Amino acid sequence: MEKTKKEPSITPELVASHGLSEEEYGRVKVILGRVPTYTELGIFSVMWSEHCSYKSSRKHLGRFPTKAPWVIQGPGENAGVIDIGGGLAAVFKMESHNHPSFIEPYQGAATGVGGILRDVFTMGARPIANMDSLRFGPLDAPKNRYLLDGVVAGIAGYGNCMGIPTIAGETYFNEIYNGNNLVNAFTLGIAKKERIFYGTASGVGNPVIYVGSKTGRDGIHGATMASEEFSEGTEEKRPTVQVGDPFTEKLLLEACLELMSKDLIIGIQDMGAAGLTSSSCEMASRGGSGMEMDLALVPRREEGMIPYELMLSESQERMLIVAKEGMEKVVEDIFKKWDLEAVTIGHVTGDGMLRVKDGGVVVAEIPAKAIADEAPVYDRPSERPIYQDSIQDLNLDLLSVPGDLNGVLFKLLESPTIAEKSWIYRQYDHMVRTNTVVYPGSDAGVVRIKGTNKALAMSVDCNSLYCFLHPKAGGAIAVAEAARNVICSGARPMALTDCLNFGNPEKPETMWQFKEALEGMSLAAEELNTPVVSGNVSFYNETKGLGVYPTPVVGMVGIMDDVSKATTQYFKDEGDVIILLGDTKEELGGTEYLRVVHGLQKGLPPDIDLKAEKALQVAVLEAIDVNLIKSAHDCSEGGFAVALAECCFRGEKEPLGCEVSTPVDRLRKDALLFGESQSRIIISAKPDYAGAVSDIMSSHGVPCRTIGRVGGGSLIIRIGDEEAVNQSVSRLKGIWREAIPKPLKA
Amino acid sequence: MRYAVIVFPGSNCDHDCYHAMKHVLGQEVDFIWHKEESFQKKYDGVIIPGGFSYGDYLRTGAIARFSPVMKAVDGFAKCGGLVIGICNGFQILLEAGLLPGAMLRNESLKFICKDVYVKVENEQTPFTRCCNRGDVLRIPIAHAEGNYFADDETLARIEENGQVVLKYCDKDGEISQESNPNGSAHNIAGICNEARNVFGMMPHPERCSEAILGNTDGKNILASMVSHSSIFTGGCSIRYTDYKQAQ
Repeated sequence: MEKTKKEPSITPELVASHGLSEEEYGRVKVILGRVPTYTELGIFSVMWSEHCSYKSSRKHLGRFPTKAPWVIQGPGENAGVIDIGGGLAAVFKMESHNHPSFIEPYQGAATGVGGILRDVFTMGARPIANMDSLRFGPLDAPKNRYLLDGVVAGIAGYGNCMGIPTIAGETYFNEIYNGNNLVNAFTLGIAKKERIFYGTASGVGNPVIYVGSKTGRDGIHGATMASEEFSEGTEEKRPTVQVGDPFTEKLLLEACLELMSKDLIIGIQDMGAAGLTSSSCEMASRGGSGMEMDLALVPRREEGMIPYELMLSESQERMLIVAKEGMEKVVEDIFKKWDLEAVTIGHVTGDGMLRVKDGGVVVAEIPAKAIADEAPVYDRPSERPIYQDSIQDLNLDLLSVPGDLNGVLFKLLESPTIAEKSWIYRQYDHMVRTNTVVYPGSDAGVVRIKGTNKALAMSVDCNSLYCFLHPKAGGAIAVAEAARNVICSGARPMALTDCLNFGNPEKPETMWQFKEALEGMSLAAEELNTPVVSGNVSFYNETKGLGVYPTPVVGMVGIMDDVSKATTQYFKDEGDVIILLGDTKEELGGTEYLRVVHGLQKGLPPDIDLKAEKALQVAVLEAIDVNLIKSAHDCSEGGFAVALAECCFRGEKEPLGCEVSTPVDRLRKDALLFGESQSRIIISAKPDYAGAVSDIMSSHGVPCRTIGRVGGGSLIIRIGDEEAVNQSVSRLKGIWREAIPKPLKA
Repeated sequence: MRYAVIVFPGSNCDHDCYHAMKHVLGQEVDFIWHKEESFQKKYDGVIIPGGFSYGDYLRTGAIARFSPVMKAVDGFAKCGGLVIGICNGFQILLEAGLLPGAMLRNESLKFICKDVYVKVENEQTPFTRCCNRGDVLRIPIAHAEGNYFADDETLARIEENGQVVLKYCDKDGEISQESNPNGSAHNIAGICNEARNVFGMMPHPERCSEAILGNTDGKNILASMVSHSSIFTGGCSIRYTDYKQAQ
């Protein structure tokens, strides 16, 4: 029986089913000067998809600050690169795998990790740490429990097998993610500064070598699928999700790093979204060259695959290499050692064309630059949503202050967004490679760099409700909070990567959110001097017309010159003084308290004063540097009371209580305890050092107040003479710890 | 002393073991590729590191045991050489028949990564000689299949012979169901063979051998090996108390 599919003829219906607009198709015909072949139609369709071409976002991404003396490579490559001193570079990026993870949570999440790992090691870096940022609907729905369970198992299955520790992350739960969960994966690797590799093809005649797994039919049109909204029948898209094989990727990693330690190659790129298509034309385009390949030579795992399928397959664990002429055999031998295939499938040409043959027959012939770089760029209309005023409207006078503030604290600690995430991170190997100095659960994860005295700290953050209520403030807060978390661990924030998850860009309100959020992120990144070095845009996170909250996730990376300065959020010793830095204002809009206790997701998010934020961060780092501080923790969801409780919980150690008091204030008690005013950090220090801490703070103009002491078995918060909170910390910790496992056991 | 760290495709704690032995304990260390059928140098001990050898696709350790290098390991063990298998290494030693019993999936059916406590049940082995009987060590686990299983007769025999070297316990040394992270029979975390020269343990001592990582309890296990080798090759012995002081 003939298994090979017959190629369909090009009709308007076929063009439309490939997601190309009439105008875009017209452009294809102008570029080619003729009607495309079926293979060419497929190539344009994936490369000009939103996912690959950034056609709706490209114009706005230029707003980001991307430069600093320590930035070696900004956006546009497989990953961003910064100089971390001592001849070393940190290579990092974050990417979304939202759509696949919703359709098939285990494989979707696993291949998300696999993809981001390849983006980093393709640049010659050995991955040393992963993080993830996850969002789901509430856990009372079985579907959301299934998604959480599958996504976490998928991330664990891939990362653990690869031997890369997952050292930090964040997880939010909100009904808005019911139809669209978000799964963003971050990887950071270390390379020698002078041994960074790029995805480029040059030198006419140089061989193009295919390495890694064989090509199958999995993942065809994955990139196109990620560029559409979900509707009924999403389940049918399961075949567009790839299947991951972390064992093969581990071999690929080791083989690539061995290859890169020798002087054998010109360029290398991962076959990620749009597989062989994107890797070949992007490398050719970057190198200003052309490329000719014969698909008949591509290793395949299924019979009867046609050129269209071979070019569009997103089978995992594959890379494309341009080697130096004559080095084919050496390259092949390295891969053979690791039991992997390496096949020369073509060569670099000088005519700028991507020429794809099948046997002797040319099946596609397109100017590489036209596909890779000349995708349409849209300046889509944007408009402030009509509902914006009403969601920002919050009259606090109509909200009564709860009488039982202990009860409010219970409710907040029990909210899965605030609750302990150990059910998640215990499934991740977070210690392998023996570099993890600060485990998941504190403000930022910290890994030392062997052979140096340095360490890197990293954190992922975004409060998407803030971004919904005020995208600009929300975007700025995402950057500020990520940097603050890095500061609290004792490191200097250096640069960030982002993962911009939004709804349908064809809706003016989505584009408005996008532009505003980017503006806010840019302002904060400029003020904090943390340029954007890489990132990813994920639009169409929308089901049946309902989009997710704008969720621009920030992954911040910082450097610590002396790893012994690594600081955690946990209180250390009885008798230490507790100091609150920053001002508390009457800010309840967009808080977790308002959502959980009053059932409202409204108001304006807390104000962010970037100058005050910068001063706070500089001052805290200075105090850590001179060893004045024993712990530092920023106030975020749940406000001051929750942050204080988290300082008491101390991760795996026995909890330790504290007693603090704040003066009677004009502020509402709920705002005082649970408001989420920005730029606040709780620190603890030896009593003798309180004066020195205060001196540093006042020299930077940072509000600083000693509020109490560490000790005892209870968390006691007094407002004036009144005891607002008095609870056993063991009991509080139990509630906080059980909140996520409990519904999952049901 | 000189140690061999075996590298299977999919090993991922190989570099960690190398680092601990070489840079923390100051020993000579070589990586040995799984395709080698014999050792080219004389070794004082062999380390089979953790990871996912061959992806652990069939069953943990099931494919690795057929690797060419296992012939060399088997010969080395039969001659009385010290062999330690950590995590996946322990699973491989079970599959290879160098240690009795088998591994099941964790009772929770999930991968578990966390610090646990283990109690030293037998200090008279080359791998625990720097410990005292009853010592409680805090060492992390990171595995999905660490639920040790053996039939009752085997369990009785290895208990009787003193082959059960480490048991999961709580921080006070209490061996209980609550302190058993994965459902292991008799709370077993580590066992040795009858001759005491082959040892497997699920927790990772190489992950807690440096102060900067917040814990040095694992160093007692690795130092025990070095100490044993020193004595039996005529070098000077490293005593447990020296390590306690250094901590």
